[in-house]
Amino acid sequence: MNKSFKKLFPYALRYRRNFILGLGCVVMTTAVTLLGPWVLKYAIDDLLGSVTRERLAFYALVLPVIAIVGGVFRFLMRHLIVGASREIECDLRNDFFAHLKRQPLSYFQKNRTGDLMSRATNDLNAVRMMIGPAMMYMATTAIVFIVAIVMMILIDPWLTALALIPLPLVSITVKYFGAAIHRRFERIQEQLSNLSVVVQESLSGIRVVKAYGQEQAEFVRFVRANQQYLEQNKSLILLQAFFHPSMTLLLGFGALIMLWLGAREVIHGRITVGDFVAFNGYLVLLTWPMIAFGWVTNLFQRGMASWERMLEVLETVPLIDDRNACEIDHPTKWRGNIEFRNLSFAYGDFDVINRISVEISSGQTVAIIGHTGSGKSTLISMLPRIFDPPPGTVFIDGVDVKEIPLEILRGLIGFVQQEPFLFSTKVNENIAFGTTYGQDQKVLSSISSVEWAAGVARLDKDVDVFPEGYDTVVGERGITLSGGQKQRVALARALITDPKILILDDAFSAVDTYTEEEMLVGLRKVMSGRTTIIVSHRISTIRNADQILVMENGQIVECGQHDELVKLDGIYAILHRKQLLEKELNES
Amino acid sequence: MTRPNEEEILGKSYDIVLMNRLLGYLKPYRLQVAISFAAILGISALQLAQPYLMMIAIDRHIAVGDVAGLTRIALLFLLILVGGFVLEAVRIHTMQMMGQHIMVNLRSEIFKHLQRLDLRFYDRNPVGRLITRVTTDVDVLNELFTAGVVAVFGDLFMLLGIMVVLLSMNWKLALITFSVLPLIFVVTHWFRRNARQSYRMVRVLIARINAFLQEHIIGMSTVQLFRQEEQVFQRFYKINRSHGDANIASIFYYAVFYPAIEVIGSVAAALILWYGGGDVLAGALSLGALVAFLQYSQRFFKPISDLSEKFNILQAAMASSERIFTLLDTPVHICSPENHVHRNESTNYQIIFDDVSFAYASDDYVLQDVSFEVSPGERVGIVGATGAGKTTLINLLLRFYDVNRGRVLVNGRNVREFDLQELRQMFGLVLQDVYLFSGTVEGNIRLGDEKISDAKIRQAAEAVHADQFIKQLPGQYLSVIAERGATLSVGQKQLLSFARALAFDPKILILDEATSSVDTQTEVFIRDALRKLMSGRTTLAIAHRLSTIQDMDKILVLHRGKVVEVGSHHELLSQRGLYYKLYQLQYEDQKHAPNPKDGFVS
Repeated sequence: MNKSFKKLFPYALRYRRNFILGLGCVVMTTAVTLLGPWVLKYAIDDLLGSVTRERLAFYALVLPVIAIVGGVFRFLMRHLIVGASREIECDLRNDFFAHLKRQPLSYFQKNRTGDLMSRATNDLNAVRMMIGPAMMYMATTAIVFIVAIVMMILIDPWLTALALIPLPLVSITVKYFGAAIHRRFERIQEQLSNLSVVVQESLSGIRVVKAYGQEQAEFVRFVRANQQYLEQNKSLILLQAFFHPSMTLLLGFGALIMLWLGAREVIHGRITVGDFVAFNGYLVLLTWPMIAFGWVTNLFQRGMASWERMLEVLETVPLIDDRNACEIDHPTKWRGNIEFRNLSFAYGDFDVINRISVEISSGQTVAIIGHTGSGKSTLISMLPRIFDPPPGTVFIDGVDVKEIPLEILRGLIGFVQQEPFLFSTKVNENIAFGTTYGQDQKVLSSISSVEWAAGVARLDKDVDVFPEGYDTVVGERGITLSGGQKQRVALARALITDPKILILDDAFSAVDTYTEEEMLVGLRKVMSGRTTIIVSHRISTIRNADQILVMENGQIVECGQHDELVKLDGIYAILHRKQLLEKELNES
Repeated sequence: MTRPNEEEILGKSYDIVLMNRLLGYLKPYRLQVAISFAAILGISALQLAQPYLMMIAIDRHIAVGDVAGLTRIALLFLLILVGGFVLEAVRIHTMQMMGQHIMVNLRSEIFKHLQRLDLRFYDRNPVGRLITRVTTDVDVLNELFTAGVVAVFGDLFMLLGIMVVLLSMNWKLALITFSVLPLIFVVTHWFRRNARQSYRMVRVLIARINAFLQEHIIGMSTVQLFRQEEQVFQRFYKINRSHGDANIASIFYYAVFYPAIEVIGSVAAALILWYGGGDVLAGALSLGALVAFLQYSQRFFKPISDLSEKFNILQAAMASSERIFTLLDTPVHICSPENHVHRNESTNYQIIFDDVSFAYASDDYVLQDVSFEVSPGERVGIVGATGAGKTTLINLLLRFYDVNRGRVLVNGRNVREFDLQELRQMFGLVLQDVYLFSGTVEGNIRLGDEKISDAKIRQAAEAVHADQFIKQLPGQYLSVIAERGATLSVGQKQLLSFARALAFDPKILILDEATSSVDTQTEVFIRDALRKLMSGRTTLAIAHRLSTIQDMDKILVLHRGKVVEVGSHHELLSQRGLYYKLYQLQYEDQKHAPNPKDGFVS
C-alpha cells in the first residue's frame, strides 16, 4: 500500500466505529436482499405444484419484510459510511485551512489562489468520494458478488459459469471506458481553460480591440477556440455514445444466455422454473456491483491523485515559524527600540537590501523615502517577519526578531499597508479585527475604542455618511470604499491594537493632504512614547520626522532631518522642490 | 464561487418565459430532435418487449418443452439487444452533438454581444465574472439539453408503456399493481422537497466556504499581522461544520429514499405474487405472465426516481440561463447609426471638440465645456495634472463613451454619424500601458488584420526601432510573447505598440505617452519613433516627454476638466502660468532621467 494512502489512515481511524458498523450493515443488507429471489423460487415452484392460499400469503408477506429489514440496514450503511466521509471531508478542510494560516506571504506569492482553491474544492471532493461512496460500493460489490455467485452455484454450477461470461467484460468495459472518458474529460477541461484565457484576454484588452477595430479578428480567434472545444467534446461524445449502450448490451447477453440455455435446462428437467426465475433475479442483482466495480477503481485513481495534490499543501513546512523563539520573560516591558544591523536581503538572485544598519530608539518617528523599488517596503516587512531576515540582523529592544515568538512580535507592531486588505464584514468588525473581541457583537456596539480609533484615523465623518454607520458592510455586498477610506480603516485597525511600534507603509497615499495633516497631528499624540516608522512618497507627510532615511537601490543614501537634507541638495532636495511645485499647481 | 451574492442565486425550478426562450434554441435542430424522439420511442418499446418475451418463453416453450421455439425467442431477444444498442448509441450521439452545437452558437452569441457592449459596462463588470457566463453557465445549460429535456420524455414513455402493457395483459392485476403508485408519489414528493431544501442549503454553505477561503487566502498576511489566525480559523470551522452538518442531513433523505422505493417495490411484488398467484392457481393467469408482471413492476420505479433527479438539472439550468439572458439583454448604448456617413478619403483629417461636457458618473463632470480644434496635419499636445481629463478626451474621440453635452467632430461630421468601425479605423491609438495579447510578436503588431503583410510589419518595426530587440528574441518575429508580455521591458513594449500603430497606417494618431522612465538607448529610440509616427499625421497626444511636448504645434493645458491655456511651447512658457509650472515639474522629473539636456532647450 502506498505511502500517501497511509496518511489518510489517521483521518479514517477517527471514525472507525462508523466504518466497522457500516461494514456490518453492508453484510446484513446484502444477505437479506439476496434472500428475495430465493423466496420467489420457492413460490413459483409451489405454484406449479400444489400450493395453498395461506402458503402464498406467507411468501407474499416475506418479500416486504425482507425489503424492510434490508432497507433499514441499507439506511444505516449509507448513514454511517457516507456520514463518516463527510466528517472526514470536514476535518480535511479544517486541516487544510489551518495549514494555510501558518504559511508566510512568500508561499502565497508562489502558489496562486486559484490553485489553492481548486485543491480545497475539487481535490477534496475527489478524496471524499474515494473514502465514502467508493469504499461503500467496494464493500457492497465484493459481498454481493460472493454471495450471489454462491447462491447461483447452488442452483446450477454449469449455468452459473455460462451466465457469468459477460460480467467481467462489464467491469473491464467500465474501467476502460471510464479511464478513457476521464482522460478526454481532462483534455476538455484544458480546452475549456484555454477558451477562458481567450475570452479573458479579449475582454481585458477590449479597449485596444475596439480602437483598432479588431472585433472580427478577435471573434475569429474565439471561434477557433470554441471550435476546438467542440472537437474535444465530440471525441468524448463518441465514447459515451458507445459506452452506455454497450453496458446494456453486455448485461443483456447474460439474460440472453439465461433465456436460451437456462430454459433448456428447465425443459430437460435439470432445474425448476422457480430456479430459472431466481437465477434471473440474481443475475439482475449482480448488474450494479459489476458496474460499480469499474467505476470504483476510477474513483480510487482519481482520489489518490487528488490526495497527493492535497498532501503537497499539507506537508509544506512553513518557512517562517517559532523554531528559534526563546522564552520571553516580561512581555509588557517592551519599549520599541529597533535596530537593523548590517541587513542584506534578496528575492532569489535579486538584491533588494544591501547592508543596511540603522538604529531607531523608542519614541522616535522615523521616515523612509525613496523611489519605487528602492527597498523601503521590504526593509520594514522584516520587522513583523512578513519576510524573514537573516539571523542577527533585525532587533527589537536588543532581541533578534527571530527569537521573539511570532505571537508576541506581531502584537508589538501595528502595520498599515499601502493597499490594505479589508474583509467583507462590517466597518466596526474590520476596525476591531486585531482585538480578541472582534467577533463579539455586544462588545462591538458598546465599545468606544472602535470610535476612538476611527476618530484618530479621521474616519468618523465618513462613517456618519455610510448607510448603516459602523455596521455598514464593506465590499461586494456593501459599500465600496475609496482608496483613502480603506487606508484609514486600516490605520484605525492598527491603532486599536495599541501597538508599541506603528509602521505606516505609504499608508496615506490615497488620502488628501488636508486630511493627512489632521491625521498626523492626532497620531503624534497617540504615538508619543512609541516608535513610528513612516514610509511615504510625500515630503509633507514626513517633514517633521525625527529622522528621515532616503533609500536608493537597497541602501540608505541620505539620512537626517528635513532641513539638513534640503541643505544637502541631493535626492531629497529634488523631491522636495518637485512637490512644492505640484502643491502650487494644485492650489492654482 | 467567489461572489456568493450572484452565484448563490439558485433560480426558480421552472420559469415558463425562460423555458420558452431556451427551447427556442432547439428550433434549428428539428431533425435532430425528431431523431432523438424516435430513438427514445424505439428504445422504450424494445425494453418493454423483454419481459414479454420471457413470458412467451415460459408459457409457450418451456412449459411444452419446445426447444426450437426457445431458440427463436432467444434470437429475437438478441435482435432486441442489438437494436437497443444501436438506437441508444444514435440517441446519445444525436442529442449530445445537438447540445454541443447549441452551446457553440450560444457561446459565440454571448461573446459577440460582450464585444459590442460599451466600456461603461466593463467599468461595472469584472472580466472574471463575464468569463463564467461564457464557460460555466453555458455548460450547465448543456446538461439541460442533453440529459434533461428529451430524457424526461423517455422516462414518461417508459411509464406509460408499462402501464399499457400491464393493463392489456390482465387489467385487474394491473390495477392492483398500480395501487402502490400513490405511495411512490408521496415518498418521491417528500424526498424531492426535502432533498432540494438541503441541497440548496449545502450549495449556499459551500459557496460561503469557498468565498471565505478565497478571501482569507488573499488576506492571509493581514490575518497573520494581526495574530488572528486562531479566531479566523474558529470562524472557518463554524461554517465548515455547518456545511458538514447540512451534508449529513441530506444523506438522511437519500438514505431513506432509496430503501423506501425498494420496500414499495417489494410490496408491489408481494401483491402480484399473492393476487396473481391465486389467479395462476385458478388458471386465470399463466405462470409466464406472472413472471412478466413481476419484472415489469421492477422497471416501473426507475423512471419515477429518475424524474426527480432531472429536477436538479432543470433547476441549475434555470439559474444559469437567467444569468446568460440578463447579459444578452443588456442593451448596447454606443453603436453604429443605421445611415452612417462615409469618410471621404481625400479629406484632410481634422478634429473639433465643440463645447463638450462629460461625466462618467451622474453629475461628476470630468470635462466641462471643452472646445478646441486640431487642424489637418497639426500636432496637438495635451498637458495637465493627473485627473485633469486628458484620457477622457481620447475616450470620447473614439466613442468609447458618448458626450453628455456638446459635439465631437471629425472632418466636420459628428462622430456619432460614422460607422463605429470606420470611425475607429481612422485613428491609431497608442496607450500608456501597452496591452499585449498572447501569441507572437508579429501577431501583436498585426492584431489579426490579415491585410497587413509580413513585409509591412517588418517595415513598421524597423521604422520604430523595434526590430533591434525583436531580432534578438529566439524566434524573432514569431517569438511567442509570455502572458501580458512579462518577458519584455516597458520600453520594448512601447516600441512594439508604436510598430502596431504604424503598421495600421492611421490617418490620425492618438497618443497617450507613458511616464515610466526607460534606459538611455530606448529613450532615444522612442523619441525618434514618435517623430516618425507623427510626421504627416494629425496628432493628438497626451505628452509627458519634454521632447514630445516641445515638438507640438499647439499645446492645450487641461485643468480640472477645462482648457485653461492654449498656445505653442514658447508662448505658454512666456505666459508663466500653469504650463510654466507643469513644465518645471516635468523638468524636475526628468532631470535624473537619462539625457536630460536635449529636452530642455529654451
